[in-house]
Amino acid sequence: MLYNEPSPLETRVLSRRFGLPNSASLDTYLATDGYQGFLKAAGMKPEEIVEEVKISNLRGRGGAGFPAGMKWSFVPRSSPKPKYIVVNADESEPGTCKDRVLMENDPHQLIEGVLIAGLAVGAHAGYIYVRGEYRYLIEIMDQAIAEACANGWLGKNIHGTGFDFDLYTHTGAGAYECGEESALLESLEGKRGIPRIRPPFPAVVGAFQCPTVLSNVETFCAVPAILRDGGAAFAALGVPRAGGTKMTCLTGHVNKPGVYELRMGFPVKQMIEEVGGGIRNGRKLKALIPGGSSCPVLTAEECEGLTMDYDAMAARKTMLGSGGVIVMDEDTCMVKAAMRIMRFYAHESCGWCIPCREGTSWLRKILVRLHESGGTRDDIDLIGDISRNMLGRTFCPLGDAAAMPTISIVEKFRKEFEEHLSGKACPYEHASHMVTA
Amino acid sequence: MTFSPQLEARFEKLLKSYPEGRQRAAMVPMLLYAQDEVGHISEELIEEVARRVGVTALQVNEVLSYYSMLHRKPLGKYHVQICTNISCLLNDGDKLWEHACKKLGIGHKQATADGQISLEEVECIGACSWAPAIQVNYDFHHFVTPEKLDQLLDSLRKKP
Repeated sequence: MLYNEPSPLETRVLSRRFGLPNSASLDTYLATDGYQGFLKAAGMKPEEIVEEVKISNLRGRGGAGFPAGMKWSFVPRSSPKPKYIVVNADESEPGTCKDRVLMENDPHQLIEGVLIAGLAVGAHAGYIYVRGEYRYLIEIMDQAIAEACANGWLGKNIHGTGFDFDLYTHTGAGAYECGEESALLESLEGKRGIPRIRPPFPAVVGAFQCPTVLSNVETFCAVPAILRDGGAAFAALGVPRAGGTKMTCLTGHVNKPGVYELRMGFPVKQMIEEVGGGIRNGRKLKALIPGGSSCPVLTAEECEGLTMDYDAMAARKTMLGSGGVIVMDEDTCMVKAAMRIMRFYAHESCGWCIPCREGTSWLRKILVRLHESGGTRDDIDLIGDISRNMLGRTFCPLGDAAAMPTISIVEKFRKEFEEHLSGKACPYEHASHMVTA
Repeated sequence: MTFSPQLEARFEKLLKSYPEGRQRAAMVPMLLYAQDEVGHISEELIEEVARRVGVTALQVNEVLSYYSMLHRKPLGKYHVQICTNISCLLNDGDKLWEHACKKLGIGHKQATADGQISLEEVECIGACSWAPAIQVNYDFHHFVTPEKLDQLLDSLRKKP
């Protein structure tokens, strides 16, 4: 089911079946061009499939934005080892809730995307790593997999193509870190989810030490449309270096929060005002995190003229990330926001790399005491010092993910940190506290 | 240990899901699915899973302590998980948390005396666009207000 009304401004490619009766069923899928992309791919050479994905300009939707076709081309097809497809359905980035609706409303689209990737790299088995909290989605995926198996869309000699593929779900058990590709692979193998040093990258040494394509749910879900309608058509929906659409999660202080499929390069202001129905209670925008809590924050001024795509975000020193847009109105306490974000990273740091393990805890303590008006002026600079010392000094990006938003919040909203030095209560909090007191 | 036929069938399927010699991969799913049936992860369960996936109990212990959903102690029959992460916080998820603690007289990872309800302040559960959100066991509740939470907690108190 859908948890919010769709918007007329959406470009519905991945979400085209959302809202249809029994949209998760194989019958509905087959009646709406389902598995046509796979059948087309089965008649192509593997390198032609990879080329089509390259033409589409599809970039990884989990946060890093790596070109998907290029990733597939790194898999050594000639390796004698089995190859695997692994779907990252460990959606845990704060602000992000799009993979949920993709799996819930159209599980066969994900299966078809995995099959096409399997054809492209010569893999015959795949795993969907679903975060433990999403138990109902494991049931939906298991049911779709069983239905696909019973009807010859998974298993041996799929629809006479001579291609074999088995697909399994695998549950996580509560760990943000397992959304990081190498930690996910460790977790999949029945270990603690700690990151692996790279190189070698998963394309060469991945699941069970074998070549692996590991991508986000949304990335795989885009693949059937690319094969069915052609890579060029998908590319044309987006901007020059990023094709297609982005499942965008509007969260925070907007009138109509929800998951919306918007074309790559959609204007940020139009997204807030028209798709999201504007800021709640007629307030003004103070800050925006464009792609999940790991991305540097933007001020309202920086959102002017900005579009939702990788390069435009990079030009403003932030990231499109996972598409988890966090909208903060003028009454938001940015110290509190920074504190809550850091509490999260301190909780989720796996402890493997010392700069992240210690840094996140120190930062959490400093931010808590600043918000509770027990901080000192030196604390404000200390936040920046510690954060900058974490950058690039860890096996995985969690350390950076904690440091980047924090550095940006202190730089852009320093005045608010200074206002917390008065020894009095948080200057931004009292109004809302009065309401609930 | 004996489990329900459904859980045994699930275990059998899991052990066949991974490449030969890689059955250790089934460990975390087995622990979580078993916990759902037996309530928490006991020493006996650790031994049993270790035996079935072919590792030592120590290796299972080492892994399970990493995962926040695996519990060594029993929780309430209904485990109420309230998200206070950023998108929920912006929608007063933190006030829902305080409200629930006050109402039930318990705190983080504690259960009511009758074992009916337990509380946990959780990190992002993937319901950010429908915040504030909570999960009761595996069921999501979106756009939760203090009034809705009151009704929910009252119904859970009486629920068999």
